[in-house]
Amino acid sequence: MNGVHDMGGMQGFGPVEPEENEPVFHAPWEGRALAMNRTMGALGLWNIDIGRFFREQLPPDVYLGSSYYRKWILGLEDLVVRYGLVGEDELAAGHTLHPPAAVKPKVTVAEAPKLLSRGSFERPATAPARFKAGDRVRMKNMHPEGHTRLPRYVRGHVGTIECVRGCHVFPDAVVAGRGEEPDWLYTVVFDGHELWGENGDPTLKVSVEAWEPYLDTA
Amino acid sequence: MTIDQHTHGHDHDHGDYDRGDHDHGSEVSEMQLRVRALESILTEKGYVDPKALDFIVDAYETKIGPHIGAGIVAKAWADPDFKRRLLDDATTAVASLGVASGRAVHLVAVENTLARHNIVVCTLCSCYPWEVLGLPPVWYKSAPYRSRAVIDPRGVLADFGVTLPAETEMRVWDSTAETRFIVVPMRPAGTEGWSEDKLAALVTRNSMIGTGLALTPAELAKAGT
Repeated sequence: MNGVHDMGGMQGFGPVEPEENEPVFHAPWEGRALAMNRTMGALGLWNIDIGRFFREQLPPDVYLGSSYYRKWILGLEDLVVRYGLVGEDELAAGHTLHPPAAVKPKVTVAEAPKLLSRGSFERPATAPARFKAGDRVRMKNMHPEGHTRLPRYVRGHVGTIECVRGCHVFPDAVVAGRGEEPDWLYTVVFDGHELWGENGDPTLKVSVEAWEPYLDTA
Repeated sequence: MTIDQHTHGHDHDHGDYDRGDHDHGSEVSEMQLRVRALESILTEKGYVDPKALDFIVDAYETKIGPHIGAGIVAKAWADPDFKRRLLDDATTAVASLGVASGRAVHLVAVENTLARHNIVVCTLCSCYPWEVLGLPPVWYKSAPYRSRAVIDPRGVLADFGVTLPAETEMRVWDSTAETRFIVVPMRPAGTEGWSEDKLAALVTRNSMIGTGLALTPAELAKAGT
């Protein structure tokens, strides 16, 4: 989806403004937002890719006008409604109106430490890798309406495979409802001039992590 | 369940709960109420245990942060064999240390040199190596950084007060998959023979993202006064 979340190379957002002595959370609700997303995700109804896609689907003005954790809460509200866990009427009322859905048992304190690290996204290969380090590849010029992890700024451009990362869960497939469809993941590196033209920084090299279905032979 | 964006749209009315734009001040109070309501619904329905939420919040506030990454970098500076293993396979090398966050999967360590400066970004969302750096700062998740790091990294560095030689390669890593990157900054001069603990104090969070450099001994002394 060519959304506002796909920000690489956009201009006009102004300078980066680091905050001195920034706290971990700027308000207590931010910590709760983070922890609720982690524990609700552990129920196993959606994975990280689906969570991302729900945030990407926020209206552009809401996406750009909301803090990070506000986007997480808006996305989580949409997820719990979409997966039948909470009614929209309950969100509007601010309290429970219906019985709960049948889901896995909630994450207990004893299990919570497991949520501090992620599980592996690597899967056994089902076919040999099509590319190897050093191969030249062209990124597909594709514009799916669904979820993809191929940023706009590299589409159609030629880069070089720098590393083969193994076979990983393919986000586009998961969000489309086709299951994990694991595929080969590569680090593909581009010259600055290839991406940004002759006035680009001559010392710049940018890499993305790209799944094999994003790549064509150059 | 198939996620079809056409059935899940934002064209529908969300009843009484507003989703519009808010300035930051009103966001705080609005969000406190909104998040409290959501937590009470999820708790009443038995989907979350507030004590598990407390545990996670406390872990990120007190246990998991950039000090973990700083320890890893200091060890790499002090121990050439560990540095080789870290650059070869960071997940396995970090697992051998036993960090508070547990296992850091798909972790990749990239080394700054005089010839190459590495910078990490996630243009599509805000992917960040939580297990070794904790939660990302607001600027890392902001539109200015996500948009500009891949097209004008030297301009971004200037926002942080960092200027590098014109011939140094700018190597930007866009974290578009579940791989996560940590930068091993250059070891400052004048630190020969320092202990790992002392070296770790030089390793700032930003130096491990690539928007800063490790502190020099003089900068450390100044920061400590």
